[in-house]
Amino acid sequence: MSPEPITIKGLRQGLLVALGEGAWSAGLRALEARLSASPSFFRGGHIALDVGTRTLSHSEIEDARALLARHQVELWAVVSKNPATEAAAQELGLVIDLGLPRPRGPETVSEGGEEPAIEGAGPEPVEGAGPEPVEGLVVRRTLRSGQRLRHPGHIVVIGDVNPGAEVIAGGDIVVWGRVRGLVHAGALGDQGAVICALDLAPTQLRIAGLIARSPEEHRRKPVPEVAVVREGQIVAVPWHGGSVGRGG
Amino acid sequence: MAARVITISSGKGGVGKTTIVANLGVALAMRGQRVVVIDADVGLRNLDVMLGLENRIVYDLVDVIEGRCRLRQALVHDKRLSELFLLPAAQTRDKTAVQPDDMVRVCESLREQHDFILVDSAAGIEQGFRYAIAPADEVLIVTNPEVAAVRDADRVIGLLEAEEKGPARLIINRIKPDMVRRGEMLDIADVVELLAIDLIGIVPEDQAILIATNRGEPLAFSSDSSSAGRAFHNIARRLLGEDVPFLTLRETGVLGRLFRFVRSEGD
Repeated sequence: MSPEPITIKGLRQGLLVALGEGAWSAGLRALEARLSASPSFFRGGHIALDVGTRTLSHSEIEDARALLARHQVELWAVVSKNPATEAAAQELGLVIDLGLPRPRGPETVSEGGEEPAIEGAGPEPVEGAGPEPVEGLVVRRTLRSGQRLRHPGHIVVIGDVNPGAEVIAGGDIVVWGRVRGLVHAGALGDQGAVICALDLAPTQLRIAGLIARSPEEHRRKPVPEVAVVREGQIVAVPWHGGSVGRGG
Repeated sequence: MAARVITISSGKGGVGKTTIVANLGVALAMRGQRVVVIDADVGLRNLDVMLGLENRIVYDLVDVIEGRCRLRQALVHDKRLSELFLLPAAQTRDKTAVQPDDMVRVCESLREQHDFILVDSAAGIEQGFRYAIAPADEVLIVTNPEVAAVRDADRVIGLLEAEEKGPARLIINRIKPDMVRRGEMLDIADVVELLAIDLIGIVPEDQAILIATNRGEPLAFSSDSSSAGRAFHNIARRLLGEDVPFLTLRETGVLGRLFRFVRSEGD
């Protein structure tokens, strides 16, 4: 795994990526590596960059913005303890104080401008590629078509995930309801992540870099199922109680 | 008493919004309600044709908004029902001519004099949808028993929840009873279960609708001659608070499941 000190947190408004300290060029390389390692987790997202105490010019911030744009990620905020960097980011029209709402539009739940569900930003940052993300996010409602939930930790949905909705988690996904949309667990690369649902009939199921579709056959009575990766393939098995092993 | 503003929306186009607005307007007015139907599909106006009133239009919604006429002058009086009025859309403009606030103002000024204001929304989730739902007290979602229409309806319901315009109620249009019976069409219970909102109407597919639409003579005028006509009157009665059983479609299996579901939703 990568030694770079990049950490990823879920915020109410999107993701916060902290680049640690050190040379800017090294920070950007690390960021690039992180984006390339799990493109589907980041794609289409909005992120805030925590650049620490570095002094950054306009063009250095623009470099980061361009790099993110190449991975279809929008930079909306730059957090820094350095006043010069803050000023530069501000002049570029970026948000510099995460206490304020994002200037326009949506992220976590679609362009509906909808109440975003990502609010699980605990005090502990999540190790980006770590096998055991620690944050959890509980969403108590049905995700409808066009709504998207993205969180670096685990996600629990109490409700349905309808066709056209997307749930993307760095960790496990548990749905107390029906899954008929797209769910992606372990989106930061964790093949040990699992997906559990009372009725698992997704459009598509993804764990880490693997993709599976639901079998076409008509479903019998739905039973709770658990999807895990076994021998390089996603398999869904009925849940009969007992613990759900990670890895395997 | 001030009017109820009800917006009829769908997400997907072509599911029958305008037909339903025309027929609901007629059915409510036949029950003595003072009704205005507003065609909010600026640039693609249709409601006037369905009501057979196209040749009576002098001013339209955009004229009202831009102050070229008084609201009263733009209202087209139905030729058959004394309590039914149409506020037509402009055909030569586009959706950018109307802002959500404009619709709220227009509906506010109509509230005093009427009982129901039915707003026929544009398809889609853009500006035309946004301004149509802005004044709504209630929203009716129209869908067909097909996968694409249901998904778009779901999207719209999600957006309505975000705007706190809810809870919307559902009309399933174009049910083909024989196809349902053969299991070739999405089941009503499946649709209601997925969208998880209360059902207010089921309208069967009926060739008479097409004929009526082309004639500008909504089917609801002759309520007894067709099952679709009866369905429109049933929706009107439910809007007025009556407890009307759903049409049977000669398919007890479907309805057995359906009723169970509607009840479990706490209707």
